[in-house]
Amino acid sequence: MTTRIDRRFAALKEEGRAALVTFTMAGDPDYATSLAVAKALPKAGADVIELGMPFTDPMADGPAIQAAGVRALRGGQTMIKTLELVREFRKGDDATPIVLMGYYNPIYIYGVDKFLVDAKAAGVDGLIVVDLPPEEDEELCLPALRAGLNFIRLATPTTDDKRLPAVLNNTSGFVYYVSITGITGSAAPDAGKVGAAVTRIKRHTKLPVAVGFGVRSAEQARGIATGADGVVVGSALVDALRQSLDASGKATAGTVKAVADLVAHLAQGVRAARRVAAE
Amino acid sequence: MNVLQPNSFRTGPDERGHFGIYGGRFVAETLMPLILDLEKAYAAAKADPKYRQEMDGHLANYVGRPSALYYAERLTRKFGGAKIYFKREDLNHTGAHKVNNVLGQIMLALRMGKTRIIAETGAGMHGVATATLCAKFGLPCIVYMGAVDVERQQPNVLRMKMLGAEVRAVESGSRTLKDAMNEALRDWVTNVSDTFYCIGTVAGPHPYPAMVRDFQCVIGNETREQMMALEGRLPDSLIACIGGGSNAMGLFHPFLDDRSVEIYGVEAAGHGVATGQHAASIAGGRPGVLHGNRTYLLMDADGQIEEAHSISAGLDYPGIGPEHSWLKDMGRVQFLSATDDEAVAAFQLCSQLEGIIPALEPAHALARVFDLAPQKPKDHLMVVNLSGRGDKDLASVEAYLEGKKK
Repeated sequence: MTTRIDRRFAALKEEGRAALVTFTMAGDPDYATSLAVAKALPKAGADVIELGMPFTDPMADGPAIQAAGVRALRGGQTMIKTLELVREFRKGDDATPIVLMGYYNPIYIYGVDKFLVDAKAAGVDGLIVVDLPPEEDEELCLPALRAGLNFIRLATPTTDDKRLPAVLNNTSGFVYYVSITGITGSAAPDAGKVGAAVTRIKRHTKLPVAVGFGVRSAEQARGIATGADGVVVGSALVDALRQSLDASGKATAGTVKAVADLVAHLAQGVRAARRVAAE
Repeated sequence: MNVLQPNSFRTGPDERGHFGIYGGRFVAETLMPLILDLEKAYAAAKADPKYRQEMDGHLANYVGRPSALYYAERLTRKFGGAKIYFKREDLNHTGAHKVNNVLGQIMLALRMGKTRIIAETGAGMHGVATATLCAKFGLPCIVYMGAVDVERQQPNVLRMKMLGAEVRAVESGSRTLKDAMNEALRDWVTNVSDTFYCIGTVAGPHPYPAMVRDFQCVIGNETREQMMALEGRLPDSLIACIGGGSNAMGLFHPFLDDRSVEIYGVEAAGHGVATGQHAASIAGGRPGVLHGNRTYLLMDADGQIEEAHSISAGLDYPGIGPEHSWLKDMGRVQFLSATDDEAVAAFQLCSQLEGIIPALEPAHALARVFDLAPQKPKDHLMVVNLSGRGDKDLASVEAYLEGKKK
């Protein structure tokens, strides 16, 4: 079984560059705007799209993504609408991988089996569920793999060599290396440490390794893309979106462009990386 | 409901932290190695007689245990039924049962070489207990407290500050206990190497629910001995308030396999379970996953967590410890609820008839004692866990009564 994620990383490997993985929140600040943002992402340079499934209690997220979740929920976003958003996106783009990212409870309440069927049918390729470590694989990871979805696991600086095989087992699509101990959008990762960590993970797996948490600038993205197979940017995009909203929190004519422009800028950083490395 | 009951209710959790379908370890990968370490360290401490010995010494000389089992004679006479006893956890140093658990965890943190303690708190009693033991053992302490709770539990905020703790008001979400717990988890994820997260109730990822229960079982173990000494037999019923449920679990657990003992947990019904403004996760919730465990939760149709409501900050949480959820499904514990109005009425009655000002939390349990006791024969021995004292609540109760007058 190969998914759009597998195919995309394989193609980028051929090209000799890393992937830009973007995170935006489904429904932020409303359904239509977040769909328009998602549609604009591939053209702006996103190679893989992560869509947040909003949750009231995002325990691993910093203020930027917490606020994005609140805006989406206030805007009436539900799991049904998030899947609908993917379905709409797929009408115009059958190649860009879509990964849904969030917390387990909304999936559990939707119903795991029904969720996997509906997500697959909508065109979702993979899942990242922050509060499901390998110890809870029977909940969603194994059923997701059986349903033909990638289950992308987070590896962190606290995941030592002894634990890494357990984390990588049943992981598919790519490995998401959390570059800092902390919440999303907080400290900036140290490029040197990240490079060593990526090398360490690659000793244990053939899967692509994408690095995220705290990446904000094209310069940082370029630094990380030199050693990793992908760079994930989330809080910075969500912040750019927030800054484009009007005083009442509604989207403006500039909202989609604000996100797309930052993605284009970050994509330049990512795409410059291997050339720099080769020089 | 007919449920196949196990031979013992006291063997849980399994090695993966499950009580039936409840419990588990639903945490981010960053925290997973930490809770595995904690589990190992706790198992080693439990097996070390020196750890127990030292804890017993502090419980006796610092906390002031055993706490009295007090015969509430005037309340008993008023209701004309069951003989009502109070387990006086309000007499512990710091004024509530919370200290029993915090002592165990802080001693464990020291064994593990941790140098920084974080905690969440609702009513502030767990925060005060943590600040107190951090002062005693010389550890820096940071307490996360919802901004709403900082406002309504000022006396405890002042106590924590006097004890040298830093109180961080949490402005996210509903700005109460659940959000304080989110913020504490975010701190822990950030400060993994030196920080020990001292959870205040029988919830969170395994091993917390079992570990906190073990530390609180001193309540039930003492009650058993004291009742044998006073009456020559076991109590006939136990009753305790439940937010996360640590005072209740501490009283109940040692009696779970004594099938003759009726057990009642009382949740906070706020303005009434039917109004939707309450904190009764068993009465008004269903199983979901939050804060590291699967348990009964208050949530909407889409799995979004709903804000709880209770006059009592200590019960104002949209979940409950996972072992309680299992005991509910097994039919071993009966769950009741009491509204804000009923709790305040019980708060006043207990103060005026017994000269004991209870915290608003156990006032919820008292409210149900007042209907259960008259239905029981005079030789029925009923123990209510008076889990904390009410000094912290005087301003809230006063404001509540003033509001009712208008």
